[in-house]
Amino acid sequence: MSTETKPDIAIDRSVGDFSYDVDYAYDAGVGLTEATINYISDVKGDPEWIRQFRLDAYKKFLEKPMPTNWASRDLENIIFENIRYYLAQGQQPKRSWDDVPEEVKRTFERLGIPEQERKFLAGVEAQFDSEAAYSNIKAAVGEQGVIFVGSTEGLHKHPEIFRKWFGKVIPTGDNKFSALNSAVFSGGSFIYVPPGVKVKHPLQAYFRINAESFGQFERTLIIADEGSEVMYMEGCTAPKFETATLHSAVVELVALKGAKIQYITVQNWSPNVFNLVTKRGLAMEDAEVKWIDCNIGSRLTMKYPGVVMKGRRARGEVISIALAGDGQHQDTGAKMIHAADETTSNIVSKSISLGSGRATYRGMVHVPRHLKGCKNNTECDALLINSHSRTDTYPAITVRGQGNACQHEASVSQISEEQIFYMQQRGIPEGAAMSLAVNGFVNDLVQQFPMEYSVELKRLIELEMEGSVG
Amino acid sequence: MSLEIRNLHASIPEREILRGLDLVVPKGEVHAIMGKNGSGKSTLAKVMAGHPGYEVTSGSVLLDGEDLLGMEPDERSRAGLFLAFQYPMEVPGVTIANFLRAALSARLKEGAEIDAVAYYKSLYAKMDALKIPREFTSRPVNDGFSGGEKKRCEILQMAMLEPSYAVLDETDSGLDIDALKIVSDGVNALRGPDRGFLVITHYQRLLNYIVPDVVHVMVDGRIVKSGEKDLALKLEADGYDWIEKELAAA
Repeated sequence: MSTETKPDIAIDRSVGDFSYDVDYAYDAGVGLTEATINYISDVKGDPEWIRQFRLDAYKKFLEKPMPTNWASRDLENIIFENIRYYLAQGQQPKRSWDDVPEEVKRTFERLGIPEQERKFLAGVEAQFDSEAAYSNIKAAVGEQGVIFVGSTEGLHKHPEIFRKWFGKVIPTGDNKFSALNSAVFSGGSFIYVPPGVKVKHPLQAYFRINAESFGQFERTLIIADEGSEVMYMEGCTAPKFETATLHSAVVELVALKGAKIQYITVQNWSPNVFNLVTKRGLAMEDAEVKWIDCNIGSRLTMKYPGVVMKGRRARGEVISIALAGDGQHQDTGAKMIHAADETTSNIVSKSISLGSGRATYRGMVHVPRHLKGCKNNTECDALLINSHSRTDTYPAITVRGQGNACQHEASVSQISEEQIFYMQQRGIPEGAAMSLAVNGFVNDLVQQFPMEYSVELKRLIELEMEGSVG
Repeated sequence: MSLEIRNLHASIPEREILRGLDLVVPKGEVHAIMGKNGSGKSTLAKVMAGHPGYEVTSGSVLLDGEDLLGMEPDERSRAGLFLAFQYPMEVPGVTIANFLRAALSARLKEGAEIDAVAYYKSLYAKMDALKIPREFTSRPVNDGFSGGEKKRCEILQMAMLEPSYAVLDETDSGLDIDALKIVSDGVNALRGPDRGFLVITHYQRLLNYIVPDVVHVMVDGRIVKSGEKDLALKLEADGYDWIEKELAAA
């Protein structure tokens, strides 16, 4: 496949399904002990407080039980001793495309990253396994004082901002996997947008898992200072491997007074990946945090992006699309914690279950008694493609006090034989008719994605549908 | 060149609906089928288009000599058969523009693409002729449409797909007189030597506007009588009883 002639798409299953032999300069080996963590800290040259943070997190990870009392028992199939927790090519992210090692470059060229960058993007932070192998930020963004670097560079070069917020939105012990991430994290992005700066173009990062039995534990922290605006997009692909792979990220967003953060994910994991991600944003007075999240692929995804609305009139939003293919389980949802008056939150979730795929929605909306004028709107719609698909909805809505309003709507629908027949009668083959109908189902949400992502999303859905029909 | 149906038998579970139906619609002609409710008119339309709810037990349907019955519904469409539905389905979230584009793309060779400018030019011209407001291009197919809007949208699709044979299933149902005129004008504009029509209707009224070359009468899953357009007037005036009596006497 030629990279020059692929202008509008960066990742799809067929492109992502490959791997190259890479000589890893650093390899923490298999399994997780204090020694593994010390190795990671040594290699990365962590400051002492980070080493201590990791070791504390490791203890919490050991203490916390697997959440199988409410979540999928499939979690028990993760064998932590068999996972590699750290692999890296080298320590310094490369700024120029020419400096990037050849194997890594081929991988990224197949993913189409340089074209993406040339076309739209203000900056590209492309992550290859643990460390950012290629990172670049365009002059225009840099001049505005925007910091967009890997998390390692962020904690070394900007400790005054990094340390203030790191681990504050999502405490280490939030859940077993946030503890695991806190113990072994590497890679991910650090972004700081100065007061009043509105970043025009979306900042973008690609994550990719290359090594077999390798967990990826990136850590992203975004701080939008007062009155600033930023949009961040991440796309994920992983090549297929026989043994299970674990991805467990932590993403923390901080929107200070009047700031706006949009965080967009389009994710297409291979079907053996456990994708267990904790994402939460903090919105201060008049600030807005919006998660747009699209989950395709993986063996089990558990992800409930949240917003803590801490300041008056803060706004939180989660727009999510989940597609559970045959044998996959998408366990997704949202958490909205209202912690100030007149805060508003909106959740729109659409899921599609194919074959034996299973989609679960879990939504938590919390409005305590003493607050006034808070509003939540929740809509969740499920589409079932065939009879043995399964969908569950577990809303947990606690709205107390007077003058707070909450609205919840849920629907389950199916694509009918009559609809497919109607479309086929116009000459559209069955598979294409199915994907047209599925794209129609999510269309109003897809329109909220930036143009190039909505094109990509449409193609990903088509690819999934092709495999499931006929 | 013709659409040729020979000895067609088709059933739903436990019940035969088409019972040896014969019909030939030569290209360039407009044929009407009239019949009482339950005579099998709509079943014929669906069976020709390949609806999965019916089983064809014997007989053949040939489109210019090509056997339709072995094809998938979408293949039949691409072979040149169009069905204007009595009850067009809603396709939520899929706009008319995208839907028709997908339908036209399916007719292209692998890798070829629709020229967007030419496509919209043609689409708008046809919408104008059918008095469909242009903003309908971005409305989801049939979603929230009135009965008349749905039927006009069916004719729009026919105009865009340019079939060699079109079957219109009760296209007049639910239309007021103005909408009936618009729809009929749309159909008449597509009449020509390269296209055949089979117009299924319950009422003679439609045939004042779409004047048929031949009228067929369907009773119990068979064509029992064929004649010129006056036959429709006689059916309107006298009902179907005399035909059933004729059949009983024969």
